[in-house]
Amino acid sequence: MSSSDNTHPLVKWIDERLPVFTFLNHELRDYPTPRNLNYWWSFGSIAGIVLVIMILTGVMLAMQYTAHVDYAFDSVERIMRDVNYGWLLRYLHVNGGSMFFIVIYIHLFRGLYFGSYKSPREILWGLGVIIFLLMMATAFMGYVLPWGQMSFWGATVITNLFSAIPLVGDSIVSWLWGGYSIDNPTLQRFYALHYLFPFLIFAVVFLHLVALHVSKSNNPLGIEAEGPQDSIPFHPYYTAKDFFGFGVFFLVFMGFVFYAPDFFGEPDNYIPANPLATPPHIVPEWYFLPFYAILRAVPDIEVFGYILITAKLAGVILMFGSILILFFLPWLDFSKVRSARFRPIFKQFFWIFFVDCLVLGWVGANPPEGFFVVLGRIGTAFYFAYFIIIIPLIAYFEKPRPLPESISAAVLGGKKGEDS
Amino acid sequence: MRGSLTLVLTLTCGLMAGLSLLAAPAAAAEMPEIESRSWSFDGIFGHFDRAAQQRGYQVYNEVCSGCHGLRLLTYRNLAALGYGEDDIKAFAAEYEVTDGPDDEGEMYQREALPSDHFVSPFANTQAARAANNGALPPDLSLMVKARKNGANYLYALLTGYGDAPDGGELPDGLYYNAAFPGHQIAMSAPLDDDAVEYTDGTPATVDQMASDVTTFLAWAASPEMEERKRLGLKVMLFLLVLTALLAAVKRKVWSRLH
Repeated sequence: MSSSDNTHPLVKWIDERLPVFTFLNHELRDYPTPRNLNYWWSFGSIAGIVLVIMILTGVMLAMQYTAHVDYAFDSVERIMRDVNYGWLLRYLHVNGGSMFFIVIYIHLFRGLYFGSYKSPREILWGLGVIIFLLMMATAFMGYVLPWGQMSFWGATVITNLFSAIPLVGDSIVSWLWGGYSIDNPTLQRFYALHYLFPFLIFAVVFLHLVALHVSKSNNPLGIEAEGPQDSIPFHPYYTAKDFFGFGVFFLVFMGFVFYAPDFFGEPDNYIPANPLATPPHIVPEWYFLPFYAILRAVPDIEVFGYILITAKLAGVILMFGSILILFFLPWLDFSKVRSARFRPIFKQFFWIFFVDCLVLGWVGANPPEGFFVVLGRIGTAFYFAYFIIIIPLIAYFEKPRPLPESISAAVLGGKKGEDS
Repeated sequence: MRGSLTLVLTLTCGLMAGLSLLAAPAAAAEMPEIESRSWSFDGIFGHFDRAAQQRGYQVYNEVCSGCHGLRLLTYRNLAALGYGEDDIKAFAAEYEVTDGPDDEGEMYQREALPSDHFVSPFANTQAARAANNGALPPDLSLMVKARKNGANYLYALLTGYGDAPDGGELPDGLYYNAAFPGHQIAMSAPLDDDAVEYTDGTPATVDQMASDVTTFLAWAASPEMEERKRLGLKVMLFLLVLTALLAAVKRKVWSRLH
């Protein structure tokens, strides 16, 4: 019990029976953190705040929403028009979803750039990928709930993917739908799961934090903190830094909520769902666009004129593969050096990969015709080549620049870290 | 890191710009170019021009409402346009709604009340199609939010009627419209000069009516907009001050380390 400066008898009494105060002290105050973390490291705690906002606004929206095909669209409009500050709740929740993905993508690319997935943080990374997958499922089902045109047709496209599975595909689709088409049972189960999944995310985030607090944060130099001179207590240093980050983040977030609340949305979703009228272009929410491009990238794979794998099945395999491959990254990249700062070749390819993801997103937003088909295929090929071929080759051939002796030597020894 | 980041972003932007030029002709063919106009409700201080809203309501009432509903609005919502309680009661009373069952278990017709939703012109989609050559006049409650670039698009559509440019023949029941995707629309030109006689004396040109009814429908789609932007200003100012203070705290705390 090094912790308790707070010696109030009640605090002590509780702490001896349930050591919450010791725990908080240990994990949020004294918790040793590398002294050189830059602002890219703020996005983890920002993501945590967004998750809390999403759950709070979501619970309040659930009090007013009706999960029924005849009432869902109108109940959302009732929230927008008649519920006190209902428009604020809904716009916070809708834009919060987009913000969540922006923050998570930055968090993920930060991990890629600085090698945060490498030993001993493989499980920490893997838990992060699980959170990402859960987020995608939650966001997809949430987008169905307003029961607009994109809700309905997006759900149609995505659930139909499972029909590509050989033999049992169609049965799986009917099982997901709860019938022979997307209808009321589909909407109601998506609502139930959309309410459940955030709590699963919360649980995995907790594990993510446990794993983080075992191996501690990586840092821009990618070398381990060795002694007390390399670390500083989380509070007050990183609480102060993170709170400033929250301020900047909220300025951006609230800018969208109050001044461009439909910026990330599709106008078509303000048209009530109509199973008889297909919109000209069915597009998912922006954060799925790169994966949508990968889904549509491959043609039928033929051997001697016989279709071996249909384009649909190949697309589904690649789309799920594009995320699952992240689980294997810690072993595909076996270079001992973590940070791209000391990996000249890796750094170049990292940025090409980053651009590739943007290009795939752009392809996903456009109809799969002509030029976009070619670009989508090149982009998809590079995406997988990056993980399976390029990263292992770089790990093998690259000669990394010399690493600094220690964090404190690099930060304090006249040669200050660039971003610290 | 910064050097290469800038380089990559520059390259990306360049690449995207170049590629979008290649892709542009395909996109332009199906979506007509829509001209941007300035609206009273644009920008962070945007508000709905009350007089334009009232004129727009008059246009909706006398022209559009023959075919298009506004089912998400209630008559009492018209208070936001500056109408008093008695005006609103009078507007509502022009319509009949089915209510009941009464004590005898019978449904009955009564005059609409301010708390009733706008009465749609047709009882159901089938009736609407039957009366309109098979075409369905969409409800206008969310029209401005349900189209890309909604307000500008709506204005361009309402003022976009004319003869097909290359003297092309259109199928029966379809009309040429420069702003409509595909240029063939089932709605005949709804506005002619002096289609309404404005109570405030404004000359009722097609442009004027199109602009007024667009303002009215922009309000109908986002009735919360004025409150949203007013609250937003307070929130943003608060956050700016808070963030500045947090920046100062961060500097102070970290100065112990350097």
